Amino acid sequence: MANKSSLEEKLFLVGFKPDEESHLLIKKPEICCGACAAKERPCTYACPAGVYTWEEDHISVAFEGCLECGCCRIVCPFANLEWRYPRGGFGVGFKQG
Amino acid sequence: MEKFDVIVVGAGPAGLAAAYTLAKAGVNVALIERGDFPGAKNVMGGVLYRQPTEEVFGELGKDAPVERPIVEQRYWVLTKEGALKFGFRSQNFVRQPCNCYSVLRAKFDKWLAERVRQAGALIIPETTVEEVLRDNGRICGVRTSRPDGDLACDVVVAADGVNSLLSQKAGLHEEWKPNEVAVAVKEIIALPREEIEKRFNLAPNEGATIELFGEATGGLMGTAFIYTNKDSLSVGVGAVCSDILESKISPNDLLENFKAHPAIAPLLQGGEVREYLAHLIPEGGLNTMPPLYTDGMVVVGDAAGLVNSLHREGSNLAITSGRFAAEAILRAIEWKDFSAKSLARYAQLMRDSYVIRDLAKYRRGPHFFETHREIFTLYPELGQFAGETMFTVDSISKKEKQRKIIHQFLTKRPIWKLAKDAWDAWRSLY
Repeated sequence: MANKSSLEEKLFLVGFKPDEESHLLIKKPEICCGACAAKERPCTYACPAGVYTWEEDHISVAFEGCLECGCCRIVCPFANLEWRYPRGGFGVGFKQG
Repeated sequence: MEKFDVIVVGAGPAGLAAAYTLAKAGVNVALIERGDFPGAKNVMGGVLYRQPTEEVFGELGKDAPVERPIVEQRYWVLTKEGALKFGFRSQNFVRQPCNCYSVLRAKFDKWLAERVRQAGALIIPETTVEEVLRDNGRICGVRTSRPDGDLACDVVVAADGVNSLLSQKAGLHEEWKPNEVAVAVKEIIALPREEIEKRFNLAPNEGATIELFGEATGGLMGTAFIYTNKDSLSVGVGAVCSDILESKISPNDLLENFKAHPAIAPLLQGGEVREYLAHLIPEGGLNTMPPLYTDGMVVVGDAAGLVNSLHREGSNLAITSGRFAAEAILRAIEWKDFSAKSLARYAQLMRDSYVIRDLAKYRRGPHFFETHREIFTLYPELGQFAGETMFTVDSISKKEKQRKIIHQFLTKRPIWKLAKDAWDAWRSLY
């Protein structure tokens, strides 16, 4: 991701109310390590907010910065994401839209 | 279990339109919204079309939080080194009643929801819907995230947006494929009003839109946009998810590349980013539209894939679909029949209107663009070559320049392919 720092700066401007638990769950992490290596783990580049990062042997999910678009769910080659909206009252809140 | 006549899930344009129409007719309607307020989780470019909106909600009036009425619509094809530009302006667009306005969803929907509340709808924010409830197969309520949160109703209106989770749970729709949705990111970039008016050639309280293609999206299938708000710009890029998968480019990188283009950077110079947003947009058109109704439920707005991306229309389709859904439900209430057969009236109203007519007209559009990538890559570059050749004054004769341009076209795109492209475009889009 070429513009990682600019992305971090932009996300800092957005209002979030993070929940304690992630609303995004990887169903079978072994798929991310195994079969998805060949597919280059699209969640790690397709997410507009950079939520997913490959950390040597697992994908870390920074759900607190999720913009709730749904792109990750669409691009996962193995439908390996349990994708839900955050609980009511949590997650992103836009002021402009 | 608490019971309503109708439960509308999602307070976006479609849900607000359905809830308003029903509430005004005296129906006991609950509008469930997962955001802190209607609009908090809504994202659009975006342009609001006045007539379809006022047809449902009545006159917007002077205190409606719209941004600028749009006097000029521009279409730019970007290449690596330049741009081909087309613009259409009409003062008629900004004489009352105006054609359309730039708008910011969080501000506007919050205001619109107040009208819906005053019409008598019960708005329940900070609440998600987890599941539909069934009685002998017929949908008869929803399970919400609140404690003891099961609510009963005669009809559910699934207005829960592009992710369309409710229609999936209802078995109407499987997941979108990556080539059926686009991911779009945008920024709100603050600039002083006078500066916007200077850079975009506008009078005070006039606005402009720019839709951009070609290098604007790095040649991916999608568009970029710049819309003038009162004292900010909405700047964004979107591309179909299948192209994101193929190019392995991050949406934010697409946006940064776009902003850095020499035709774009001066427009944004000195601006301050205020917000960053992302959303999916249905792109499949009529061919990917799920069933619009079933026993006890109707599907409206983006949840039904109602986007005409070629014409930058979605929110008007959403609002109109909300109205038709409400009208069909009003008749279902009269007949006390909430079966699919009764709710089919919603689909009939849609088919007889511009909504399905327009989507039907452009149903071959997605396939056309998928099979003619040269629209986003080769043709812009040919246009750039033609423009540079013809406009460079270097003592070469015009006939020679013409010959050179034609030769370049025919080399890069054999004449039979050129003709087929034109024919395919005509067949797909006329």
